[in-house]
Amino acid sequence: MYSAEQRLKALFVTGLAGNASEYRSFLCELTRHLRGYLRKRIPQLHDDVEDLIQEILLAVHNARHTYRPDEPLTAWVHAIARYKLMDFFRTRARRESMHEPLDEHDDIFAESEDEPADARRDIGKLLGHLPDKQRLSILHVKLQGLSVAEAARLTGLSESAVKVSIHRGLKALATLVRGIA
Amino acid sequence: MRTDDLVGVLSTGITPVKSGTAARRFGVSLPVAAIGAALLMATVFGLRPDLSVVVRTAIFWEKLAFPLCLAIGALIATVRLARPGARVGAGWPVMAIPVVIVWTAAILIVVTAAPQDRLPAILGRTWRSCPFNIFLLAIPGFIAIFWTVKGLAPTRLRLAGAVSGLLASSIATVAYCFHCPEMSPAFWSIWYVAGMLLPTALGTLLGPKLLRW
Repeated sequence: MYSAEQRLKALFVTGLAGNASEYRSFLCELTRHLRGYLRKRIPQLHDDVEDLIQEILLAVHNARHTYRPDEPLTAWVHAIARYKLMDFFRTRARRESMHEPLDEHDDIFAESEDEPADARRDIGKLLGHLPDKQRLSILHVKLQGLSVAEAARLTGLSESAVKVSIHRGLKALATLVRGIA
Repeated sequence: MRTDDLVGVLSTGITPVKSGTAARRFGVSLPVAAIGAALLMATVFGLRPDLSVVVRTAIFWEKLAFPLCLAIGALIATVRLARPGARVGAGWPVMAIPVVIVWTAAILIVVTAAPQDRLPAILGRTWRSCPFNIFLLAIPGFIAIFWTVKGLAPTRLRLAGAVSGLLASSIATVAYCFHCPEMSPAFWSIWYVAGMLLPTALGTLLGPKLLRW
């Protein structure tokens, strides 16, 4: 548990500084922890786990500017995961699920599961609902792996407009995901 | 899209995250709250005509200190609750102490006053309008602070909404002090507090709706 906090925090902080491979490792490991955490929290809603993981990953990514390195990453991630879980319960209006025991934030890294199930919604398809500017910026930089400069040339946008479009696009995506979940 | 693919999307082509987002966002909303309240106060209500005289009295500054201390406490609480997983902590005592002091002063004043002077000390001349005037002055700050807080990913929306409303209204009350003629802590303890609680209650109600992300 202690080591998970340290290892994940190290990966995340380097990721914030712009190191993509460390950030990727962080997200992969976080995914496994979330899978373990959620499968235990909502065993009766097994089919929703993968959707929720994706929603939480997007939320963590979109809120990553709010993390301060002087606080435990565990508490920060747990707050987001729990918030999204509660939001999920509310959206579903499944009253019986509101009575899930509230757990300690330590639990978030306590378990880890590797095998993914299928997500019910397709984030790839949701991308198609974004405005062109956002969709193309995400497509070029995030899916095709082009640099921001190359994406700017292809789309005719400025480099900072590409960055802003990616940022807004991922936020819009999180909203779309939330609406459908 | 599989979760692994999403991880790929999120981690590909990332740029370093600039620090100090919270400071930048509050750096926009706090001036909006203060200047907005001051302008509204000056145009809708007007500065009190004897301002140059009362600024030389201690009681004017004590009156100003009341909402100002509350604003500092509310700011501490709002900055914390705006981000995931943080607690109010030191914000609670900073918010509570000024209220306790003013209430103590108010009780002393009312108890020691002659019976026929008690009600006038509490009601002043403007009790009917005071809370609503403060509410009006709080509107620009309310909108700006909610915008700030929403962008910082709050996870306790009701509480975050409440302290955001209190922050906006305590700043508004500081501005209102430059118009308001009432100089008795007995008056402030009821009507200023009511004026600050209206936007706080509104924030509590609207937090879960407006701050959702």
